[in-house]
Amino acid sequence: MIAIENAALTFNAGTPNENKIFEAFNLTVKKGEFVTIIGSNGAGKSTLFNLLAGTVMPDAGRIVLGGKEVTKAPEFKRARTIGRIFQDPLAGTASNMTLEDNMMVCLKKGFKGLRISLNQKKREFFKEQLRFLDMGLEDRLKDNVGLLSGGQRQALTLLMMVLSRPELVLLDEHTAALDPRNAEIVERLTTHFVTEYGLTTLMITHNMQQAIDLGNRLLMMDAGEVVLDICGEKMQDLTVEKLVAMFSKIRNKKFTNDEALLSR
Amino acid sequence: MIEGIFVEGLIYGIMALGVFFTFRILDFPDLTVDGSFPLGAVIMAMAIQQGIGLIAGILLAFSGGVAAGVVTAIIHNKLKVPHLLAGILTMTMLYSINIRILGNRANLPLMRKETLLTKAVAFTDGTLSETWTLLLFFILVVLVIKVLMDLFFHTDMGLTFGAMGSNTQMVISQGVNPATYKVIGVGLSNGLVALSGAFAAQYQGFADVNLGQGIVVSGLASVMLGEFLIRSNRISLLTLRVIIGAIFYKAIMFLGRFYGYTIHLTPNDLKLVSGILIIGALVITQMKKPAKGGK
Repeated sequence: MIAIENAALTFNAGTPNENKIFEAFNLTVKKGEFVTIIGSNGAGKSTLFNLLAGTVMPDAGRIVLGGKEVTKAPEFKRARTIGRIFQDPLAGTASNMTLEDNMMVCLKKGFKGLRISLNQKKREFFKEQLRFLDMGLEDRLKDNVGLLSGGQRQALTLLMMVLSRPELVLLDEHTAALDPRNAEIVERLTTHFVTEYGLTTLMITHNMQQAIDLGNRLLMMDAGEVVLDICGEKMQDLTVEKLVAMFSKIRNKKFTNDEALLSR
Repeated sequence: MIEGIFVEGLIYGIMALGVFFTFRILDFPDLTVDGSFPLGAVIMAMAIQQGIGLIAGILLAFSGGVAAGVVTAIIHNKLKVPHLLAGILTMTMLYSINIRILGNRANLPLMRKETLLTKAVAFTDGTLSETWTLLLFFILVVLVIKVLMDLFFHTDMGLTFGAMGSNTQMVISQGVNPATYKVIGVGLSNGLVALSGAFAAQYQGFADVNLGQGIVVSGLASVMLGEFLIRSNRISLLTLRVIIGAIFYKAIMFLGRFYGYTIHLTPNDLKLVSGILIIGALVITQMKKPAKGGK
C-alpha cells in the first residue's frame, strides 16, 4: 500500500518565486492498482512522483510505501522498491555499456559487491527475457545500448525495471517521446508486465484515451489537488468527452481535449 | 634508450590507469592526483629510509593514495563542493603533508638504498642487463594491475561504476548511493596513482614533493593518446590502450627532450607541449564528431 498523508511542498519558499505545489495532499493506492494520472501543465503530477521517489522531500506530511514510512529516506534507498521510468528514453540505460552489462546492473537492486555475476547462465536468461520484447535484441547482447533506437531503449528500460519486481512502478509519460508505432509497442508491454506480475503502478500521461484504456483507476489533478478519482465500474463506461465534461463542471475552467493532449 | 621510454611509460601508465578511472569511467575530473602521486613517492622513500620494508612501503603508499582520494570524495559529497575544487583542496593540503612525511624536507635521495628495483636487478644479475630487467619487472607489475583492474570492472560493482559514469540517475534507480561509489572509486584511483609515484621514486632514485606538478595533465594526455590508437568498448582493451597511450606520451616527451633543441625547445617547455597535445586531441575529437552522425 502506498499513502501520502497531508503532504505540503513549496518551492523557493519566502522568495518572490515562491511556488506552492501541494498544501495538504492525500492519496492512497492499494496493492495491485494501476492508476493513470492526467492533468494540465503544473498540476503537480511529476512532483507527486518526485515526492514518492524521494527526489524531493515534503515540507510536512508523511509518505508510506509498502506499510513503511519513508518520508525522510533518500532516493537511492527508496529506489530499492520503486521502479521509475522517465519520458526520456536515454534516462534509464547507460549508452556506453553493452546490453548485457546494463541488464546485469539492473538485475538486483542495492549495493553491488565484488562478485562477477555475469556468466553464461545469466546471458541465457537475458536472451530469454529480450526475446519477449520481439525487437531482435536477444542477438545484440554485446552491442552498446547507445546503438539502439529510442523505442528499443525504452522497451529495454521497461524490461530491466521489471526484472527486480518493484513494489511500486512510476511511469512518467514513458511513451510520450516515442513515435506512434514504438509508443504502441511499449504501451502493450507495459500492460503485459503490470498484469502479469500484478505490479502496483502509477502512470502519468497526456493521452486521455490511454489513461482510460490502461488503468483500473484514473486520477485527474489540477493545481496540486486530485479533482477526479474514478475507479471500478465507473471506469468501464468512461470516455474522453465525459472526462472533459466532468472537469469543466468541477473547475469551471476550459480544459479542452487538445490542451490535454498537447501540453507538456 | 628505447627501454627507458617503455619503463617510464609503464610506471606512468599505472598513474594513467588511475586518471582513466576517474576521468573516463566515473566522470569525476579528479585533481587530487597532483598531490597523491608525490604522496606515494614520499611514503615509499620514507619506508625505504626507515627500513620499514619494501612491500610494506608499497602497501602504505597505496593506502595513503586511497586515503587522499577518499578525502576528496568526502569533501565533494558532504560539502557539495564541485569535484575540481575538492581535488584542488586535497592536492594543496597534500603538499604540506608530503613535506611533513619527508621530515620537513622537500626531497629525499635514495642513493645506495635497497629498493624493489635493485632487488630485481640483483635477482637477474648475470642473465639480463639492468635495463631489460627493469623493463621485464615493470611489464609484470603493470600486467598484474591491468588484469586486476579488468577483473574489477567485470564485477557487479565494476559494472555499476561503468553505468554511473554515463548515467547517474540509472544507478540511483538501482538503489545504489552514488556518493558511496564516488568514495570507493576516487579512493582506488588515487591508490593507483600513489603506487605509480612509489615506483617512480624508486626508479628515479629520489622522492620530491614537486614530482606531481602537472601529472594529471600528462595522465589525461596518455588516456587521450590511447583513445586515438584503439577504439573499443571492451574493458580489457580500454585499460590496454591507456598503458599504450602512456608509453606513447613518454615517447613524445622523449623526442621533445632530445630533438626539441633543433626548434629551440627546452625541457621547461614540455608542460606546454603536454597541454597542446591535449588541446590537439580535443580539437580532433570535436572535428570527428559530426562525421559520426550523432552525439
